[in-house]
Amino acid sequence: MKGYFDHSATTPPYPEVVKAIGEVMLQHIGNPSSLHRLGMQAEQLVTRSRQVIGQSLGVPEASILFTSGGTESNNLALKGISRSLRDRGRHLVTTAIEHASVYEACRQLEQEGYEVTYIQPDKNGIVSADAVMAAVRDDTILVSVMHVNNETGAIQPVEQIGKQLQALPKTAFHVDAVQGIGKVPFYPHKWGVDMATLSAHKLRGPKGIGLLYVREGLVLQPLMGGGAQENGLRPGTENVPLIVGTAKAIRLNMESMSGTVRHMQEVKEELIRELLHIPSCVLNSPESLESGAPHIVNVSFPGVKSEVMLHALEQEGYYVSTQSACSSRDAKASRILKAMGVNEQLASSAIRISLSPEHTLEDVRALAHSCGTIYEGLQTGGAIR
Amino acid sequence: MTPQFILVRFGEVTLKGRNRTKFEQQLIRDMKRKLAPFPNTEIEHTFGRALIALNGEQYDSVAAALKRVFGIYSFSPVLRTSQELDSIREAALAVMQQYDPEPKTFKVSARRADKSYPHDSQKMNHLVGGYVLKNMPGLKVNVREPEVQLWVEIRPEGVFVYAQIEQGLKGFPAGSSGKSMLMLSGGIDSPVAGWLAMKRGLKVEAVHFYSYPYTSERAKQKVIDLARTLTQYVDDITIHLVPFTDIQVRLKQESNENLLITLMRRVMFRITEKLAHARDAKAIITGENLGQVASQTLSSLYAIEQVTTLPILRPLIMMEKEEIIRISEQIGTYETSILPYEDCCTVFVPKSPSTNPNMKIIRQLERSMDWLEDYMDQAVESTERLTIRSEEQKLEELEHLF
Repeated sequence: MKGYFDHSATTPPYPEVVKAIGEVMLQHIGNPSSLHRLGMQAEQLVTRSRQVIGQSLGVPEASILFTSGGTESNNLALKGISRSLRDRGRHLVTTAIEHASVYEACRQLEQEGYEVTYIQPDKNGIVSADAVMAAVRDDTILVSVMHVNNETGAIQPVEQIGKQLQALPKTAFHVDAVQGIGKVPFYPHKWGVDMATLSAHKLRGPKGIGLLYVREGLVLQPLMGGGAQENGLRPGTENVPLIVGTAKAIRLNMESMSGTVRHMQEVKEELIRELLHIPSCVLNSPESLESGAPHIVNVSFPGVKSEVMLHALEQEGYYVSTQSACSSRDAKASRILKAMGVNEQLASSAIRISLSPEHTLEDVRALAHSCGTIYEGLQTGGAIR
Repeated sequence: MTPQFILVRFGEVTLKGRNRTKFEQQLIRDMKRKLAPFPNTEIEHTFGRALIALNGEQYDSVAAALKRVFGIYSFSPVLRTSQELDSIREAALAVMQQYDPEPKTFKVSARRADKSYPHDSQKMNHLVGGYVLKNMPGLKVNVREPEVQLWVEIRPEGVFVYAQIEQGLKGFPAGSSGKSMLMLSGGIDSPVAGWLAMKRGLKVEAVHFYSYPYTSERAKQKVIDLARTLTQYVDDITIHLVPFTDIQVRLKQESNENLLITLMRRVMFRITEKLAHARDAKAIITGENLGQVASQTLSSLYAIEQVTTLPILRPLIMMEKEEIIRISEQIGTYETSILPYEDCCTVFVPKSPSTNPNMKIIRQLERSMDWLEDYMDQAVESTERLTIRSEEQKLEELEHLF
């Protein structure tokens, strides 16, 4: 789908992944907990998946926990650690630009009596490692910072934060790596990350499954009560087909990453160059290209409401997004852009274009051209608010 | 303090005159393989020890890997400085300041391997110790029972400063003592016996008897998993999976109930010996422990081991059970060992197995079993051989799914 520019919302699965999932669904129907051979086979598939993923991500296989997706992983990380460490402290540090599943989980924890400090980003949408560290107190049990912002692509200094936090073993560190993984190098093991969230469908894997990396030795309280699956941290019969599909998708991504990232960076630069030729178009993603992930470009077309621009582009066969897919039903302007100090007019006219490795320079030139034509038409055609 | 180097001391290998070079080289190779996940590390081999440059790799992860290498006696995270006195003092202070809470007493142990160095050991103890004392007001010297002993080694290639000494596994480098077969049941004892044998430098090939459908696939898988746990310490382990159902069923039909276990064990040893000859192994290792069960009384051991001329090595023979369990927890096999699957020694257990088997009856019974030799050959022929490697567990025909 050449016109699909919403890869941060979700990606089309690899055909090989779909095939593997289908094969497992049809041929390996056992429950991994069953004692018989079919159960054992299913269990082996789960074990092998964990190994493949562990190897691809450079983490021990035992540190990988399967969940239903990024949202559950984020909730499990935040609530699981907060509840298990509640006697040690009740203070969390996070940022004002987190995904809704971190942000809202923090809100819920506030209801439970925890205190949360939200670090504001600079105008490029990046929080400073120093500001995060300065907010850490003696009773801080968790710092949670996303790796790549889902609306602007801004890369956050999680490596520095992780390394500094290593001096504070009483404070756990969680990274929402959903948007960064496969696009920006990420070494949870080396950087002192205690927990990291991943989602399969952002990596051309299936929807409905995610991972939480949990450093060995860290104790979480499960969100749900039930069986002993996933070390009792995530009860429920394992979704064997999706687990296998996830392993394959992650492996394929990681193997191709070094080649695709450079290409995407070039395509992104070209797209930004072309878009900024459009009079009045404003870039919301970080100005310095290295500060942003290679697949996300956020721009505003002042005077045209995001949704109008989105539908106009849709008529031309282009699919983009207004803000994060999880928040776009919300008519309000982006919380993230506002936190960056973007004014109301620009924030309400922002669109997010997110690329895949398959996009070419010609594809993005054509998209930028359409943006220009549509914008001009809307401005003269009276769609201006 | 972030250590830049790890100083590794070799163990008993240093005692072995002629083979020493060979052993040390083997040990260096083993270390290299274990450190493969840390591509930045570099190993420098000096006489009787090795220096690992971390080059940014995490000390803790590398240390964990070193704790799985047989033949390492001990190792220390070290700071390396020039022979400049000021640098040595700074390094010494950094090493001492890493402790939280600060120790109350310490002593400096300087060693001057480079005799051209101007200050002798005694002098260095004062020069370095004095500086540390000045900068850490709460600290005192205690040469008899110091809380922390601060080592300063002055060598031509540099000065090494450290206070921690971590124990290695000791033993001999993997495989340096030859090859042997391990009778691996899936219980707590046999993996520990295998590990102790491996630690003594034996290359181990496991032999497992299974009796499907009396035992399940999971019991077989359990043994594979145990072997995989052991491969944390060596490159790979070969497992021989011997189908034992036919023999077991027929033995049950034709023997006195109380002698069944003795007869079974005798057949197992015979088959293991056949496999040992085929694989050029020179001994059989078992997890037997004197008096633990009926087949492990002295009379039983005597009656059973008649069937083989290979040395039978029983690392656990005199150990207390709790000691065996402690080792199995330490090497990581315990959790797998206690999984509740039937194995071929727990099915067909007679009500009162003989603790004092009568050799005459046993010989008589076996003489009447003219089928036995054929059955054993059949079992050896149908034995499945697997090589388990530490890195990953591939699923052969299902690997395309990943």
